[in-house]
Amino acid sequence: MALTATKRTPLYPNHLAAGAKMVDFHGWDMPLNYGSQIEEHHAVRRDVGMFDVSHMTIVDVTGRDAKPYLRHLLANDVAKLQTPGKALYSAMLNNDGGVIDDLIVYFFNEDSYRLVVNSATRDKDMAWLETQSGEFDVAITERTEFAMIAVQGPAAKEKVAVLMNAEQHAQVSELKPFVGLQLDDLFVATTGYTGEAGYEIIIPNDIVGTVWEKLVAAGVKPCGLGARDTLRLEAGMNLYGQDMDETVSPLAANMAWSVAFEPSDRDFVGRTALEAQKAAGTEKLVGLVMEEKGVLRAGLKVIVEGGEGVITSGTFSPTLGYSVAMARVPQPVGETAQVEMRKKLVTVKVVKPSFVRNGKAVS
Amino acid sequence: MSNVPNELKYASSHEWIRNEGDGVYTVGITEHAQELLGDMVFVELPEVGDNVSAGDDVAVAESVKAASDIYAPIAGEILSVNEELEDSPELVNSDPYGDGWLFKIKADDESELESLLDAESYSASIEEE
Repeated sequence: MALTATKRTPLYPNHLAAGAKMVDFHGWDMPLNYGSQIEEHHAVRRDVGMFDVSHMTIVDVTGRDAKPYLRHLLANDVAKLQTPGKALYSAMLNNDGGVIDDLIVYFFNEDSYRLVVNSATRDKDMAWLETQSGEFDVAITERTEFAMIAVQGPAAKEKVAVLMNAEQHAQVSELKPFVGLQLDDLFVATTGYTGEAGYEIIIPNDIVGTVWEKLVAAGVKPCGLGARDTLRLEAGMNLYGQDMDETVSPLAANMAWSVAFEPSDRDFVGRTALEAQKAAGTEKLVGLVMEEKGVLRAGLKVIVEGGEGVITSGTFSPTLGYSVAMARVPQPVGETAQVEMRKKLVTVKVVKPSFVRNGKAVS
Repeated sequence: MSNVPNELKYASSHEWIRNEGDGVYTVGITEHAQELLGDMVFVELPEVGDNVSAGDDVAVAESVKAASDIYAPIAGEILSVNEELEDSPELVNSDPYGDGWLFKIKADDESELESLLDAESYSASIEEE
């Protein structure tokens, strides 16, 4: 008999108190919604909402070789990071060019970086970080003493004021996108997974409950994984395990922009494989839009000029009022695609995989 | 614990049916069903005038989570459908036994009602899930 207990974040009691419907998310007991995921979605697009993202894995990479190690490990190039706090999105590839995980890396100085990686991939990520460290003089330290809250939406800037003094709030308000700043106990970064302005805030476990309740009192709406998924999909952001995984090239997952082939002498893991894939051509991740009734869903077959592909993520878009999806398809693609739905072929529009930004439709 | 009103009859596939008199019955989905499905985004209803058999898939409830067929609990003719759901599918979530009703059906044979579940049996069936 196997007893597999799900893990809980320090905010678990707060979720229960707020009436959350909890689900097992890759071994974590997480809120799916607190009533209506569509209302939570709208709160983030129109005002402000927050997510418990404490299940995500925070790993600090420090030591004399931190920079050369990460330049070897990651498909994007941390040498682009020059200002303390600046962040970068990157894939971490295997030798075949498949995506082990996608992550955000923060630069503190050339001996000190912070990675935020997915929770579902924690064990294999940690193992890969160790394996690849080889001869590099680095320390890899998971920071389990931290929780994380994402505060997202047009009113996020105003609402986070309750967590800091006026001077700190002025500093936070000045932050450009994709930068993190340590303010006493809080590490506040202008990152997110919704397509709205906002912050991801790393907070010590022992005070995260207080921080959450301060935000609730300020009118920030708790949002669950349901809204998180529809928001990220509208924003055209990939979900690991769904839109890409170890069998998928970043070039076939709309992540080519995050692969730094220059300088050409940087020998990162997966480079040789990616160069071969690039020369041979790969599938492509596109957006699909269906304005008639019905919902495009992951797993449905998609037919384009180049052949047959598959929907990797699909949903009803609460902001647009119709269904959108991401699909990985062979090239060439054309302006429309056929999706097999309930035994019928339905014609849908092909667009770039980004549907909503800052509350507005991307057309 | 889901609300399962005593005065209704139920199908094990989570439809409820209410006797409106003169052989006319209103059909909807249960509170338990809407909880399982999550926020409703589209509801596809049958055509008024359709003649359906018990167990036919006559409607589709499409939520953020999944598309689910809705079955006719009894045979009969579709008399009317809830047109409010076209613009407000969320009524199925907020008021599944009231404003979130789906369609009204004129029973061919009212004895078919006897094979449906009462509130107690339906409650027991969803506890077993």
